[in-house]
Amino acid sequence: MVESKQQWKAWLYLSPAIVLLLVFTVWPIINTVRMAFLENYSGLKAAGGMVFEFGIGNFEKVIGYRRFVNCLKNTVLLCIWTVPVSTILALLIAVALNSIKPLQKVLQTIFFLPYVTNSIAIGMVFAAMFNIVGSFYGTENEIIVTAGIINNVIQFFGGEPINWINYGSTYTANMFVMVVYIVWNALPFKILVLLGGLQSINKQYYDAAKVDSTPRRRIFTKITVPLLSPMLAYVVITGFIGGFKEYTSIVGIFGEKMGPPDDAGRLNTMVGFIYDALSTNSQGRASAAALILFGIILVVTMINMQVSKKRVHY
Amino acid sequence: MAKEIVTMHARNMREITGKQRIGKVLYTAGVYLFLLVMAAIVLFPFYWMIISSLKSLDEYRMSTPTFWPKVVMLSNYADAFTTASLGRLFLNTMYVGVVSTILSLVITIITAFAFARLEFKGKETMFAALLATMMIPGELFTITNYSTVTELGWINTYTVLIVPFLVSVFYIYLLRQNFLQIPNELYLAAKVDGTSDFKYLWKVMVPLALPTLISITILKMMGAWNSYIWPRLVANDDAHRMITNGLRNAFTETSGDVNYPVQMAAVALVSAPLFLVFIFLRKYIMSGVSRSGIKG
Repeated sequence: MVESKQQWKAWLYLSPAIVLLLVFTVWPIINTVRMAFLENYSGLKAAGGMVFEFGIGNFEKVIGYRRFVNCLKNTVLLCIWTVPVSTILALLIAVALNSIKPLQKVLQTIFFLPYVTNSIAIGMVFAAMFNIVGSFYGTENEIIVTAGIINNVIQFFGGEPINWINYGSTYTANMFVMVVYIVWNALPFKILVLLGGLQSINKQYYDAAKVDSTPRRRIFTKITVPLLSPMLAYVVITGFIGGFKEYTSIVGIFGEKMGPPDDAGRLNTMVGFIYDALSTNSQGRASAAALILFGIILVVTMINMQVSKKRVHY
Repeated sequence: MAKEIVTMHARNMREITGKQRIGKVLYTAGVYLFLLVMAAIVLFPFYWMIISSLKSLDEYRMSTPTFWPKVVMLSNYADAFTTASLGRLFLNTMYVGVVSTILSLVITIITAFAFARLEFKGKETMFAALLATMMIPGELFTITNYSTVTELGWINTYTVLIVPFLVSVFYIYLLRQNFLQIPNELYLAAKVDGTSDFKYLWKVMVPLALPTLISITILKMMGAWNSYIWPRLVANDDAHRMITNGLRNAFTETSGDVNYPVQMAAVALVSAPLFLVFIFLRKYIMSGVSRSGIKG
């Protein structure tokens, strides 16, 4: 009697969550798979009573698009640059922070600051820092009014100003700006996790190393990194997942054009492609692209886990 | 002779420690230098945002940059406030943030309680299935959710900004773990006293899990403040637009000859509440974030 009463009560407690999950989580999963496998599925045409054939045409079309391949390339490039750079920088900062006493708390707070920002808003600040005011068209009679603070710094050290994000800028320059911004944005979380990991390492290991007068570099590679490896694996995996979903940071710097003024869409990503397909009412293609994105994230995460299973020291 | 050896040994030891001490000082100095340089790089965009927002347009456009405004132009902030109609955007965002946080907290609390304390068939399977959905990228849900909310007639309402995101599997997970740490004896004692489950939940469990609930509140509010993609898709009219969208819409040009001082003033105004929350509630944000890996 009590048993069945508890059952009934539990379902009552769960019911709001279950209803919302069914509508906004479970149904979308089923429906996305359905739409992806219906040829040229469009929500607008479906409402008009059109029937779609089953097939894998959406996937073939999406993969065949030059635009999609470009988005995929941008996303992968951003991942393979930002994840290692931000992880290594975060590791160095965390180890340095862990080794000091005075100022530790203040610096820790400063390093966490970029986390509590709006990626669109601060993207606009980065754009201002890299932007050149004036007519800068890559032609001979260009007039630079302000080269932007980053270029001012380059000029201070005797370099030539670089066209980072303006009309006529190169893909490499654009990507460099994006990598700098994404790394800046990714550091706080990684430092927080790694510093937490460092502080939980048993001090005895370091005391033992001190008795043996082990050199610092060896302590770092033989004690710190292995004992920190679960946290390192965690920040790398979440870094890749976040990297494949990159979108708003690019909107922050380049606006919704997703590229410099003369080449809109140059820096578009996988997520951007999905939203573009959605806004043209091609839900079939948007779903196919979303499933491809999910597949990539799944595979990359599994590879990461396999590697960490062999390397991570628990 | 034995004495001589001892003194030699002592001298060697002194030399080593002296050398070590110099090495240690140099090393510490290097560590501080590295940290201070990195901290300066991390802080620079904030500094640049604030001083640019206080410059006049002419000063901003000078070929040699100034690092402190010659004339402090507070009027940029007034301009930014009216250009982007930030007042309305603030109100919209606060409303959506507060309502969705309250509802989300209630749902999270009762769901986490059911998973932590009540017994029912298929509990473990259901919880595992719930956790599995966390792996799926949100974009996959958005495609269908967009059609769903269109059919429900929710486009350009507050509802569309609140309801689809009320259930967060991650928050449920976080709170359930916290509830599980509360000793079962308390629950059984309350049962003996004839306290109802509901009363026990609100009088005992919720107060004990308060730090986690505060973390969830802050993260949820920050999420509302920073959300961009979904609001742009479903509620981009003047009456319901959220702050991040409004900011992007008001200043579409990011490069070229734009009025940066006003733009930076708007950015500073949008960032200010986040910094205030950070200054006063840093502890809760950091403990919530270190367990999540999600932004906002």
